[in-house]
Amino acid sequence: MVETSIFPADTDHVITTRQVNFFYGETQALFDITMDIPGRRVTAFIGPSGCGKSTFLRIFNRMNDTITGTRLEGEVRINGENIYENGSNVVRLRRKVGMVFQKSNPFPKSIFDNVAYGPRIHGTKDRQELAEIVEKSLIRSALWDEVKDRLDTNAIGLSGGQQQRLCIARALAVGPDILLMDEPASALDPKSTIRIEDLIGELRNDYTIVIVTHNMQQAARISDYTAFFYEGSLVEFNATKKIFTKPREKQTEDYITGRFG
Amino acid sequence: MWKDKAMRLLMLSAASTSIFLVALIFIFLVKEAAPFALKPGLDALFDRQWIPVSFVQERYGILPLVTGSALVTGLSMLFTIPLSVLGAIYIAEIASPVEREILKPFIELLASIPSVVLGFFGLVVLAPLIKSLFGLGTGLSALTGALLLTLMAIPTVITLSEDAIMSVPRAYKDASRALGASDLQTIFQVIIPAALPGIIAAIMLGVGRVVGETMAVLMVTGNSALMTWSPLAPVRTMTATIAAEMGEVSFGSLHYQALFWIGLVLLAVTFLLNIIAQRVLVRYGMMK
Repeated sequence: MVETSIFPADTDHVITTRQVNFFYGETQALFDITMDIPGRRVTAFIGPSGCGKSTFLRIFNRMNDTITGTRLEGEVRINGENIYENGSNVVRLRRKVGMVFQKSNPFPKSIFDNVAYGPRIHGTKDRQELAEIVEKSLIRSALWDEVKDRLDTNAIGLSGGQQQRLCIARALAVGPDILLMDEPASALDPKSTIRIEDLIGELRNDYTIVIVTHNMQQAARISDYTAFFYEGSLVEFNATKKIFTKPREKQTEDYITGRFG
Repeated sequence: MWKDKAMRLLMLSAASTSIFLVALIFIFLVKEAAPFALKPGLDALFDRQWIPVSFVQERYGILPLVTGSALVTGLSMLFTIPLSVLGAIYIAEIASPVEREILKPFIELLASIPSVVLGFFGLVVLAPLIKSLFGLGTGLSALTGALLLTLMAIPTVITLSEDAIMSVPRAYKDASRALGASDLQTIFQVIIPAALPGIIAAIMLGVGRVVGETMAVLMVTGNSALMTWSPLAPVRTMTATIAAEMGEVSFGSLHYQALFWIGLVLLAVTFLLNIIAQRVLVRYGMMK
């Protein structure tokens, strides 16, 4: 069990999980995970491939629901609300908890329509209002200057890094509080990676960001807190500085010093 | 060494057989049809009446046959497109694995029924039904033919549309869901638009199938070469005309040549449809 004393006294715990077990059919992927994720901070999940960090991330917006045969035990609360309770509203949850995927996945639509997609499905029809949301979201994701003159061109024509920033804009457009990022820069070149990291730095004051990465330097650069997962369990969770300088667990130390994984 | 070369040559000729045959068919059609263009001239084909055997004046206007084919095809697509596209969406996106395993073999089975057998069904079941439903003198009408052709086009269009829908990357679906879209919103606003080129190509190929179909329409459309746009009137299609008259026409006569012109028009239409379908697929990267 991880003590919550790693956070300053006035910290809001936006995501809290209690004894979460997760199964793909008969295979258990997560074991008894209890953790509090602070609001308006960047929390990084690290660990070797297959350690369950992405599965755990996808619990927070119930993306695992779309895979048949999965099952969750335990309790997951976001802003105090049990998101797996019967009658809990998935649509509302996903408006509040945005997600950016490993491989950028803009729709084969115009740049404008990509960003406007979320607001539109949630009922915004007014063209003027949509245009404002699109502009604001693209400014936030540091893409506006590059695309403002070609909003009606197909998003597939953008570079990989631009596509990923477009996906971030698309997620921001529905007005989330929380952003889940599943290795958002792992498919990008170093320069684009830096841009995404800078962007995360700019968003950190307004959003609760949880980022999965297997790049430890990245976790060290951008996160306030780091959680180390191994074989489906949460091994250690602490302030990033502590994890990378004085890890408490031997396994954590072995991993961050590159002895395995 | 020479063995390699011989083998290569053998396989090359096997592979090019179809090119050779298409060219041959085309040349043959043109050769048989050509004299008509000189006498009585091509404008005879644009007559509004098709009366190839007459004691007074033979008329070789293929317009009623073209409108007959167009009417039957258009009506049939009116039924085929919604049925097939909705069916394909269901099979690709909504059906459980068990449902898929039941539905797919039946669709394939429908595709394998010989068109003459479907013609019987049309004659015995569909035609009387249409007759009593609309209070007609005869149930043999454009609508009857269109319904029957729908049965034949559905398997083609469903299967190809389903392929197109299935080939939409899962990442689009994930992105849409993660933004809070419902399954229906995801299907209609992301998946269908992304699959649309493939669906359009599927429809084109379905149209090609319907335009070229002969036996079933010959049996149930009533075969009267009148220019009409009424779904309940008997009509005659281009294919049915060739099939019905080719056996009795005297070799090399004007009537014979006119039938070959119909064949050329048919070939051109189906050729065009295939080219459009392929263009659409290539353009949107669904085929290389």
